Formats: sequence, structure tokens, C-alpha cells
Amino acid sequence: MTAATDISNAPNALKILGLQKEYIPGKPILKGINIEINTPGIIAIIGPSGTGKSTLLRCINRLIEPTAGEIIFHQSNLCLAKGRQLRQLRRHVGMVFQEYNLVERLSVIENVLTGRLGYMSAWQAWRRKFSQDDIDMAFQLLEAVGLTEHANKRADSLSGGQRQRVGIARAVMQDPHILLADEPTSSLDPKTAVEIMELLEKFAEEKNIPTLVNIHDVNLARRFAKRMIGMSDGIVVYDGAPEGITDDHLKQIYGGESWLV
Amino acid sequence: MAGVNASKHLDNPFKRNWLITGLWALVAVYLIYSVQTMGLSWTRFSEGLGHAGQLFDRMFPPNFERWELLLSGLAESLEIAIIASVTGIFLSLFLGLFAARNLMPSWVTIPMRGLIALCRTFHPVIIAILFVKSVGFGALAGILTLVVASIGFIAKLFAEAIEEISLKQVEAIRATGAGFVSLILFSVMPQVFSRFIGFSTYQLDSNLRNSTMVGIVGAGGLGGTLFSAFQRFDYDFVAAILITIIALIMFGEFLSNIVRRIFR
Repeated sequence: MTAATDISNAPNALKILGLQKEYIPGKPILKGINIEINTPGIIAIIGPSGTGKSTLLRCINRLIEPTAGEIIFHQSNLCLAKGRQLRQLRRHVGMVFQEYNLVERLSVIENVLTGRLGYMSAWQAWRRKFSQDDIDMAFQLLEAVGLTEHANKRADSLSGGQRQRVGIARAVMQDPHILLADEPTSSLDPKTAVEIMELLEKFAEEKNIPTLVNIHDVNLARRFAKRMIGMSDGIVVYDGAPEGITDDHLKQIYGGESWLV
Repeated sequence: MAGVNASKHLDNPFKRNWLITGLWALVAVYLIYSVQTMGLSWTRFSEGLGHAGQLFDRMFPPNFERWELLLSGLAESLEIAIIASVTGIFLSLFLGLFAARNLMPSWVTIPMRGLIALCRTFHPVIIAILFVKSVGFGALAGILTLVVASIGFIAKLFAEAIEEISLKQVEAIRATGAGFVSLILFSVMPQVFSRFIGFSTYQLDSNLRNSTMVGIVGAGGLGGTLFSAFQRFDYDFVAAILITIIALIMFGEFLSNIVRRIFR
């Protein structure tokens, strides 16, 4: 019991208890999710479209308001956080999006720097007063994702894979204690998808960040995940090692079996 | 095709719509009726052209002898236009933001939209008269008029531009923990800035034009000079003023082209 308490006190521990979300009253999309996360590395969430994977991730950083339940992060309930407290919790939760969501008219390096906005006052943001440390870190991250020579290009001039690298750099720039990636590879070709997963894995291990990745490609998930969570119809139906997931589980998660070749 | 009965004619899909034909006929009838009741005729028109000819004779050559009066009126018009544009655009930035329905709750946007609509309701001449009556003759009334006109026009366009942005970019910046002001500065402004510049230069243009008009009702600027020249039948001076206004507008056009080129 004491050991469990210790783990939940770690800065990158996340505990989701009985999380529910209804967009339409009486029609829950998340029906009581319980997940505990405290180890670094990629945790893949698999499941069919429309089962609430995206909703789950967006509830964690409160881009979507949960209907009921608790999300414990930094010893406080994220579901109840408001205003400044919410923003301070949010800045330690990095997010990578399916369609990259870069600010297209800003340059690549400016996009990476926006990851620091949570640490700056409005007045500093207005004067574009990023600290020298932030600027140095942004260029280091850009080098780590292999885009140094694109630093001053406009974000909308990059290819999909390059944009996602910028998206990852922006999320890591936040100094996140946990990373959320919502279908980060779904808009990319298979080779680029693997490269993006490798990059997420690299940051997860180097910086000790638990990284929750929504993904519908089961094989890609198996290849990178240390732990897999299978969701179906708003509940968690599998939570464990990637090796433990069987065809029966997959049938339960996705339904049917003709696609299992 | 065998199944189709050859003797049965199918309808042309482009059918004559009798309602629309009737409406067009009604418009034509009303037009003829209006021309007749107003007593417009060819003789009246050619008579009018004769008067116009006389006026033009008296206008040329334009008389620039009172250039000091002309220049001070011009300077005042220019000042009215610039002050009103800067103030109006600045206020419109905030009003437009608060009127954008994708970023603000409806209890904020509805009153804001009402205010903007109110600013658009009246023609600048009517607003100018109201301000002359309430704050007195002179440039202040002109400035206030054009501020109101600017808000009515560009605050609405600003709001519409903001409503068309991609919320994905906003979502991403929100996820970094950025506060509201940073969110606006880094995810909304980059998406709308170049359009704002376009609207603003257009408004500056339009304010320059209108700043020469507000003087006619006593709200300062070159319009007042023009009006009194008309009243004293100094048509050669009127011509000089009109030429000056043309120069002013062309200068404004030139200026806004430069601004647009810088911010493209």
C-alpha cells in the first residue's frame, strides 16, 4: 500500500478513476474508465473509431470536459482544476495531434517555442520575450527531430512527417511529465509512421515520460508499446503487456474476425 | 429505351417559372410608373445637361489662389481620417474579438454584435449631424463619426475573419497551458493578421474619403471649405477643392498599397 502511494506521488503518475463522458445526456461515450500510469515508455491505446480514445486523451488535459470521475495528476484532481491551476497542470501534459495542429503561419522554430507559452505571462508573450534558455532548448529539440535546416520556414511549407516532428518537439518543449498522442501516425505513410513512433519512443525513454498513444494500427502498437490498453464501446477491455493480447481480445475490441489475417 | 412510351412527352426540366416571370414583369411596370410620376423625360435631361455645361465653364480654370485655406482644410481632413482610423481599428480589434462566436460565449457576443450593428445602422452623414449637435461644430465631431463608421464596418469583418479560423491550431496552443491572451496572440492572430491589414487599409481609404464629407455638415475638414465655396458660387475654387480631394484619395490608395505590400 505504501509503495502504491509512493508511485502516485511521482510527478509523472496519472490515475484515472471512473471517468465518464456524455456528449448527449444518457448516451455515455466513456463508461467508467480506470487506468493507472506511472512508468515511462509508450502505452498504446487501441480500439475502433468512435470508441472514445480521443475523448479519453482530451479529457486528461481538459480540452474536453469530463462528465464524471477523477483524474489525479500532481496530487490534484484535474477534473476540478480551474483557471491558473488548470493551465499549470496542462503545461506538464504535452499533446501531439493527428493533424499536427501547427500554427501554420508561424515558422517552425516559433511553433516549437509556443510550447513554452504556459510558462510565460501575457506581457512576455505579447513582447515575444522567450528566455535564452527556451530558445536554446527549442533549437536543440529541432536538431533532435532532424529539422534544424527548416527552422525558419513557415510551418505550412513542410511535409506531413516533418510537421508531426515539429508537433512532437512542441510537446516536448513543454517539459511534460506525461505525453498524449492522439493518432499521431494516422495521416502518414507507413514508413513515416514508424519514424514518428521511433521518435516518440526516444523521447519517452530519454526524458522518462509515460506516453499515451492512441493508435488503430495493432501491429505498430505491438512493435512499440510497453503496455497496451484495448478499448471497446467506452470501456477498457484489455490492459496489460503487448504479448498478452490475443486474437480473441482483438475480436472483442474490434468485432468480427475477417480482418485478422 | 424499350420501356419508355414513345407517344408520351416528358417535361423539359428547364421549365418556365410563371411566378418569376410575373415578378420580372412587375419590376418593369413599376420602373415605368416611377419614371412617369417623377416627370423624367428627355427634354428635362437635355435641359439639365445645359446647366451642367454652364457650371463646368465657370469651374475652369480651377482657382488655387486661396491655397492656404485649401491646405489647412486638407490637413484637417487628413488628421481626422488618421486619428479616426487608428482609434476605430484599435477598438474594432477588441470588439471584433468579443463578437466572435467561436471564441466567446453568447452572453458576450450578442451585446457586442448588437453594438456593432448599431454602428452600421446609420449613414455617416446622419451620425455626423448627431455628433455636431451633441459635441458641437469642428473636427471632434468628424473624428467621432468616422470612429463609429469604422467600428460598424471592420469590427464586423474582424469578427467574421476570426470565426473562420482553424480551431485545431487554437486547441494545440490551449493544450500547452497558455493563458487566454497568449492563446489569442499565438493561435488566433497569426491566422487573421494579413486579413486584418487588408481590412484596415481599406478602412483608412474609406475614412479619407469620408473625412472630406463630414465637413459639409460642420464636422471639420475640407468638406466645410467645399460647402461654403458652393454657397458663394466660387465654382473655380470648388474645382480646385475637388482636384485636391482626388489627389488626397489617390495618395491614400498609394499608401495602402505600400502597407499591403509590406505585410503580405
